[in-house]
Amino acid sequence: MNLSNLGNLSVGLSTYLLVAAMLFCLGLYGVFAKRNMIAILMSIELMLNAVNINFVAFNRFLWNQKIDVHYVLTGHVSALFVIIVAASEVAVGLALIIAVYRNRKSTNVDEFNWLKW
Amino acid sequence: MVTVVFFVFAILAIASAWGVVTSNNIMHSALYLALSFTGVAVLYVLMNADYLAAVQLLIYTGGIAIMVVFAIMLTLRGDVSDSNPENKVWGWGALVSTLTFIMIAFVILTNADWRILPTPWTGGGSASDISLLLLTKFMIPFEAAAVLLTVALVGAIVLAKGVKVSK
Repeated sequence: MNLSNLGNLSVGLSTYLLVAAMLFCLGLYGVFAKRNMIAILMSIELMLNAVNINFVAFNRFLWNQKIDVHYVLTGHVSALFVIIVAASEVAVGLALIIAVYRNRKSTNVDEFNWLKW
Repeated sequence: MVTVVFFVFAILAIASAWGVVTSNNIMHSALYLALSFTGVAVLYVLMNADYLAAVQLLIYTGGIAIMVVFAIMLTLRGDVSDSNPENKVWGWGALVSTLTFIMIAFVILTNADWRILPTPWTGGGSASDISLLLLTKFMIPFEAAAVLLTVALVGAIVLAKGVKVSK
């Protein structure tokens, strides 16, 4: 393996998409497999982050241009809105977890079955 | 050079995401989460999204990760080294997410339209370019996002504070 050639390789769109897909599926696994509510919330954050990578990567590789005075940065703006929604989601989610913890003294989702009969 | 930096930080982001979902200590999970966010911020820099990289570091690494750590400390019970166990059906979760990844990877690798190598970046990406967009074309969603953040934070305070029981 010739390491000096490694610097000449270019990283294309599909590489970014693969990285994002890997992060997304790790988050998906966390949502399915974890018992702690906070761990599930963290996995959701991982998935949202992976989607952000996709937005920015598509913007970078497919919309590299300028219309009128605006650069076409729709992907960046979408990623910004996703970040905003993720921040509010995590704030409300953690507050809910603390409120549930106060009543049930637990953060284990397997024990939250009081809507089940 | 860019390639080496990309692979170092992409592997860092993915390995720390792996740490988030496999660690048995939830405090380690939270710290791996911050590390993963930082790796993704470097990927943003490589995609010429400077402003988003700064936002990622400030909001995700600086805000969300710290908030998660506080919530963990407030709800921790029992032994911390076994605070983040898998549930009974984790095998199905692993199967489903692996199949999802194989499917997405298949689509990505077989789609010839997406085999694009980077051209020199001519677009913006700095704070001034994005603010120009946010204050003209996306003004209504921008204001709505501001209202959403305010409402969410007030709601979070109300929820976490708890309702006082009336006597």
